[in-house]
Amino acid sequence: MPGATLTDELDVLHSGGTGGGTPGSAGGGGNAGGRRPSPRGAASRIYYTGISLALAAIVMFFMALVSAYIVRKGQGGDWRPINLPQIVWINTLVLVASSITLEASRRAYDRDDATSFRLLWGATTVLGLAFLAGQYIAWRQLAAAGVYIASNPSSSFFYLLTAAHAAHLVGGLAALLYVLTRGWAYLRRSSGIAASVTGVYWHFMDGLWVFLLLVLQMGR
Amino acid sequence: MDKLNSSRGSAAVPALLAVFLVLFVGVTLYYFVMQVYWYPPPINEFGREVDTQFARTFIITGIVFVLSQLGLAWVVFRYRDRGGKATFSHGNNSMEIFWTAAAFVLFVGLGLAGQKSWAQLHFADAPPGSLLIEVTGKQFNWFFRYPGADGTFGKSGAQFVSEANPVGLDDKDPAGKDDVVTATLGVPLGRSVKLVLRSYDVTHGFYVRELRLKQDALPGLQIPIHFQADVPGDYEIVCTQLCGSNHHRMRAVLKVMPPPEFDKWLANEKASE
Amino acid sequence: MSTHAVGATHHAPPEGFIWKYIFSKDHKVIGIQYLLLALFSVFVGMGLSVYMRIHLAWPGMKVPLFGGDFTPEKYLMLMTMHGTIMVFMVLTTAPQAGFGNYFLPIQIGAADMAFPTLNMLSFWTTFLSLMVLLAAFFVEGGAPISGWTAYSPLSALGSITGPGQGLGQTLWIFSIAIFSAASLMGAINFITTTIDLRARGLTMMRLPLTVWAWFVTAILSLLAFGVLLAAGILLLLDRVAGTSFFIPGGLIVSGVLQTKHTGGSPLLWQHLFWFFGHPEVYIAILPGMGVASHVLATFSRKPVFGYRAMVYAICGIGFLGFMVWGHHMFLSGMSPYTGFAFSMMTMAIGVPSAIKTFNWLGTLWGGQIRFTCAMLFAIGFVSLFVSGGLSGLFLAQPAVDLQLHNTYFVVAHFHLIMGVAAIFGMFTGTYYWFSKMFGRSMNETLGKWHFWITFPGVYFIFMPMHFLGLVGDPRRYADMTAVEFLKPLQPVHNFITYAVFVTVAGQLIFLFNFIWSLRAGKKVTDMNPWRATTLEWTIPSPPPFDNFAGHEPVVYRGPYEYSVPGHTEDFVPQHLDPAQVGKI
Repeated sequence: MPGATLTDELDVLHSGGTGGGTPGSAGGGGNAGGRRPSPRGAASRIYYTGISLALAAIVMFFMALVSAYIVRKGQGGDWRPINLPQIVWINTLVLVASSITLEASRRAYDRDDATSFRLLWGATTVLGLAFLAGQYIAWRQLAAAGVYIASNPSSSFFYLLTAAHAAHLVGGLAALLYVLTRGWAYLRRSSGIAASVTGVYWHFMDGLWVFLLLVLQMGR
Repeated sequence: MDKLNSSRGSAAVPALLAVFLVLFVGVTLYYFVMQVYWYPPPINEFGREVDTQFARTFIITGIVFVLSQLGLAWVVFRYRDRGGKATFSHGNNSMEIFWTAAAFVLFVGLGLAGQKSWAQLHFADAPPGSLLIEVTGKQFNWFFRYPGADGTFGKSGAQFVSEANPVGLDDKDPAGKDDVVTATLGVPLGRSVKLVLRSYDVTHGFYVRELRLKQDALPGLQIPIHFQADVPGDYEIVCTQLCGSNHHRMRAVLKVMPPPEFDKWLANEKASE
Repeated sequence: MSTHAVGATHHAPPEGFIWKYIFSKDHKVIGIQYLLLALFSVFVGMGLSVYMRIHLAWPGMKVPLFGGDFTPEKYLMLMTMHGTIMVFMVLTTAPQAGFGNYFLPIQIGAADMAFPTLNMLSFWTTFLSLMVLLAAFFVEGGAPISGWTAYSPLSALGSITGPGQGLGQTLWIFSIAIFSAASLMGAINFITTTIDLRARGLTMMRLPLTVWAWFVTAILSLLAFGVLLAAGILLLLDRVAGTSFFIPGGLIVSGVLQTKHTGGSPLLWQHLFWFFGHPEVYIAILPGMGVASHVLATFSRKPVFGYRAMVYAICGIGFLGFMVWGHHMFLSGMSPYTGFAFSMMTMAIGVPSAIKTFNWLGTLWGGQIRFTCAMLFAIGFVSLFVSGGLSGLFLAQPAVDLQLHNTYFVVAHFHLIMGVAAIFGMFTGTYYWFSKMFGRSMNETLGKWHFWITFPGVYFIFMPMHFLGLVGDPRRYADMTAVEFLKPLQPVHNFITYAVFVTVAGQLIFLFNFIWSLRAGKKVTDMNPWRATTLEWTIPSPPPFDNFAGHEPVVYRGPYEYSVPGHTEDFVPQHLDPAQVGKI
């Protein structure tokens, strides 16, 4: 929603300082009509609006968990730091790499290079799967060391935050696979919206992971 | 259109609405002003302050209530459809600014006025020399512990709790030997009392109407509050935070006694243990 | 745009009963589905409250319930389920997801919601949530007893804290989590639709106030329900995985020492819950404010007084709504400084509420008021909003709240403002839009009976509760027999119960009117029986599948141009071409 446009419209409509437009100001309608794209032209925009809103909701969800983490850590003396399994750092590199291949893939799309697009998009998907597998190994390693979800608030939050992130990532993987299995013609027809929106989500999940990892590492 | 027309012209509906609103305001005011159902008189200075703030709030909200409801009654009757044309207006900025500012000053000012009594209870510590009593909420009873002559509570914990030892005294701790546990909250008249609220199971709410005192007791926390009672008598303590099936039966008595009587009472309680 | 430019406007009318009426993606069908879900839920919730009132009035009476006597825990089960069903399944669904789904796209000139499939999914997720919630009645131990706020540790330790706290409470948490997911989907849809699918010329400041209310409500849902979901997951883990987020150590419950948990914080649950819970109050009431403003303007034949102030007030309430959650917790052991801040914020939220009230009176002032059923309920809404809102000023101050917290005064306050006022908003919407939705109108005579029973009825029920609260009657008490100072209050409780009987009878009139009018109500031939200005009145009743039949409406002016001087008609619709206005 371009804010500037909105404000212009308001100024035109409300120079009188009262609510509503007056019927006399016929120009108001004409001029606003000229600015606003037709609802049908909005078909692609809704996906960007929708994904931004979904991300806002996801941010609130994780902020709630992270603030619970901070409050709970400051509470009582039962917090025992856990050592994060080393593999999470490798996983992080894998996930960051997936963002890079994804971006390269989108460039390929812009160049109209179907083969590179598929290859790089496929690589992103594989890296995403590898990250999830790596997270699973991290949980197994912790469990092998006798650290379970109920062992300590610190481990509870580790399992919880990583699992919540993984669950969101599974959604991203589904979207990656969806785009991967579509034909090139379809992607071109839909102006690459599916690929583009998936990209936004995936990068966000990448950034979210880095944030969560920092919280877990620094807050241990 | 017939529907619109059928509701046009008749004054019966707006008149009925206006009469109802007037009666409603009248009856409500009667019950509030005559204090037909009211809280009991306070038994200390703090209670009187709370009541004063209540009265301030009541006056301000009461005026707004009466003006709004009667205003509503007036406009619905006065401006019922009489087949004319409605006034064309999109509003009035000066009026908007006026009532926004008025509401802000009134409401925020009221809020500030009430902070003093709140601060007294919670910001300030109990005065030195206060009688220390620990209050334990337990599904579905209150228990009160007095530290005895040494002024210190013995150690306690959930692991020691039993039928006979409801607040979980550790009998190995010598400081606990002279602790007294009672089911009634006896306090001396005119002396400041510091309560420490806690719970071993779920959240309870400690409430004595006459003290204007209410505070939740949360497991895992020790919450201090303090009060002083200036009128002797028995006052009911109830639970105000949902704590399970018999929440409504979780009741105890606050007994305010002259100091000599209080000492005797406490000695009796100790003896009967 | 291509054929697959998906979404919003391009899906074809479905074939067959299942796709048309069950798994429909049409926002109008989904809106009606939500309304029916709410209608079912509201009668269940009301039934529970009748049972509760009977027990409160005659605690000794043997009322059969779930094959056995009426025990205190059954009272608490009814109370918990009454609150949960009403707050989530009625107050959150009907005003927003029900009416909003149906009328938001139409009022902004769109053919459907932005994401029709998501919309369908959102309804069926809500439906699943309701089923899971109701299932709690039928499991071992029965429904939970910890209230709709589910304070830990009562809600966290399992059946040891009381009957219903086992599987029943677990189902409750699942239901709430599922509901959160559904609400998030709905919120994304509402916001996207409002931002991106408005008709040409329909600027934000030309939106009907209903749309503004739904829009801001959706933003509140978007930011609040994620937090509730997170809180629900933490609580669930405490119960099933043995974690200690909300459960402190050193507990002994029913004689059993709790060794699994250490160091958790019951207050943390309260913070997370009320961070959601307070915006939830506005989620329930804002759509009612929107509908009331809309209807007051229509039937007083005047533009809404101070349209822009109304918009700012809606936004202000939404914004402040996120900063006042702590006022539910003054007496929970939070820092007194925090309590002070929360108190001042809460007093400040009275300001936009006052602005709304005065503007409603300003709208009526100088009007030519037509007392249709919709209008009566809208006027009732204003009265209830004032009565229920002002008691909030008592509760917002910690010092006064000391006396009133967790008493019937609070019950009176929130029932009037978020329960009854919001439901009056729904009645307003129903009487106003029924003919648009179903092509037949509701019976106005029965509707007036309904109003004249309900309006005094709810005041008879809830005004006396203020006095109970003043005396100190705590809420959530299964009966008043154990406490001396409560015994003299018994006649008041009995009076309230009688008032409930009468009011409930009034609701049966509504139910009858609703069902009867669906089948046999008078057919409407006029698209615009109320002579109203907004876009929903420019299309047939009921509207065709894609609302505007392929035509894209253009909007030329604000939403409430009534009684404009110099025109023969006393309203100028939003879509009317300026070139034609002069010719009327």
